[in-house]
Amino acid sequence: MHVEPPVGSPRSLEEAYGLLASAPHRPLAGGTDMLVQLTGELGPAPERVLDLWRLDELRGIRVEGGALEVGALTTHAQIRRSEACAAHAPTLVAAVATIGAAQIQNRGTIGGNVMNASPAGDTLPVLLALDAVLVAGGPRGERSIPAVGFWPAYRSTALAPDELLLRVRIPIVDGRRQAFRKVGTRRAQAISKVVLAAAWRRDPAWRDVRIAFGSVAATPIRATAAEAALEGAPPTAASIDRAVAALLAELRPIDDVRSTAAYRLEVSGRILRRLLEDAS
Amino acid sequence: MTYRLVVNGEPAEVGVPGMRRLLDVLREDLGLTGTKEGCGEGECGACTVLVDGEVVVSCLVPVCQVDGSVVRTVEGLAVAGGSALAPLQAAFLEAGGAQCGICTPGMLMAADAFLAAGAEPTDDAIRGAIAGNLCRCTGYTKIVDAIRLAAERRQAGAGAA
Repeated sequence: MHVEPPVGSPRSLEEAYGLLASAPHRPLAGGTDMLVQLTGELGPAPERVLDLWRLDELRGIRVEGGALEVGALTTHAQIRRSEACAAHAPTLVAAVATIGAAQIQNRGTIGGNVMNASPAGDTLPVLLALDAVLVAGGPRGERSIPAVGFWPAYRSTALAPDELLLRVRIPIVDGRRQAFRKVGTRRAQAISKVVLAAAWRRDPAWRDVRIAFGSVAATPIRATAAEAALEGAPPTAASIDRAVAALLAELRPIDDVRSTAAYRLEVSGRILRRLLEDAS
Repeated sequence: MTYRLVVNGEPAEVGVPGMRRLLDVLREDLGLTGTKEGCGEGECGACTVLVDGEVVVSCLVPVCQVDGSVVRTVEGLAVAGGSALAPLQAAFLEAGGAQCGICTPGMLMAADAFLAAGAEPTDDAIRGAIAGNLCRCTGYTKIVDAIRLAAERRQAGAGAA
C-alpha cells in the first residue's frame, strides 16, 4: 500500500505560507513526481504534504514588462496550447511536449519540474538557455533568483523551506533564436539520456550564446566553455569544431540506469554540432 | 476528510486520507475495479481515467486534488443503462483491439478522450493520443484500427444526423 501522509489543502497563498511556517511540509503541485515517491520504494516519504492545486493565483501565462511569465502551477498541456509561449519560448513548448504523454502533461506543472530539481528535468536546460528568473514567495516577501544559480547541487534548489515557487519569468529578447534537442529511448514517455537547449543571436557572428544541458551532470548545467568558443566568432565550420571540442572537454557525464557516460558524451557533441550547423 | 466527486454521472462521497490515490479510491473505496493498476508510477497508462474530461493516470492523482471533479472510468462507457457496449467498445471487439486486456480500460479512456476532441483520425493523431498507454500484446496496430473505426463511424453518424 502507498504511504498516505497528512495533507493540507490551503485556499490562498497566505494560508499556504502559514502552514509552511507551522511545520515542515513538502509542497505538492501536479503530483506526477511526488506520487511516485509515495510508493516507499525511493526512500522516505514526506512527513506532511502541502497541496497547492487549489491556488489558482499560481496559474496562467502572460506577457508583462518585457517578459513571458508562466505561473508555477501552469501545466505542460497549458504551455503546449499557449500562443504566447509558442511566440516567445518555442523551446519551452518543445520541452514540455516530450514530458511523458498527455496523461502526465495534463497534471505535471512547470513549477513542479523546476522544484523536483531532477538533473533530467526537461524544462530546466531551457530555463538556463533563456536566462529565466525564478520568482519565489514567502513570509519575507518575493524574491527573484536567476536560473543559473537555482540548482546548486543534486536535487536541491535555492529556495528556503518556508518559500514557494510562484512563477517563471523569461525575458523577451529581440532577435534571439533558440533550439531544443532531447535524446531518450522513444519519443513519448522517455526520461532523457541527454537534453540540450540553446539560445543565441547572430550579427552575423555568434552573440549572447547560451548552451545548456540536462542529464549529463548532477544538476542541469550551462556549457560555458562551448559558449565562450562561439561568442563573437563567425558562424564557420571552424568555430563549430572549436565549440564541440570545448564541450567534450568540459562535460563529465556518468554511467547510470538510463545511459552510459561514453554514450552521453558522444551524443552531446553530435547534437550540439548539428544544432549549430542548422543555425549557421 | 470527506471528498465529493461525480463518478460516471453518479455523486460519490468518500471519507479517506487526502493523499490516497484516485486509483485506490475508485477500486477499493468505490468498488470500480474496471480501472487497472499496471506500473503504479505513471509510465504505462493502464489506470487512465478522465478527470473533468482530461486523461490522467489515476495512480498519480491524490483524491484531495479531485474534490468536486467529474471522473469518468471504463464503467461509464457502456450505454443503455450499462446493458450495451459503447460504439468504441464494440469497435475494439470487432477489430481485435484487445488480447490480455490489462491495458484495455486505459486504452479505451484515452480513445474516448480522442473521440470527444473530434480530431481527424489519422494514424499519427491516433498514435499520439495513445502514446501514454503501453500494450505488450498487440503491437498496437489493431488498437489503432479499432479507434479509427470508431472515429469513422462517429463522423458518419454525425454527418447523417
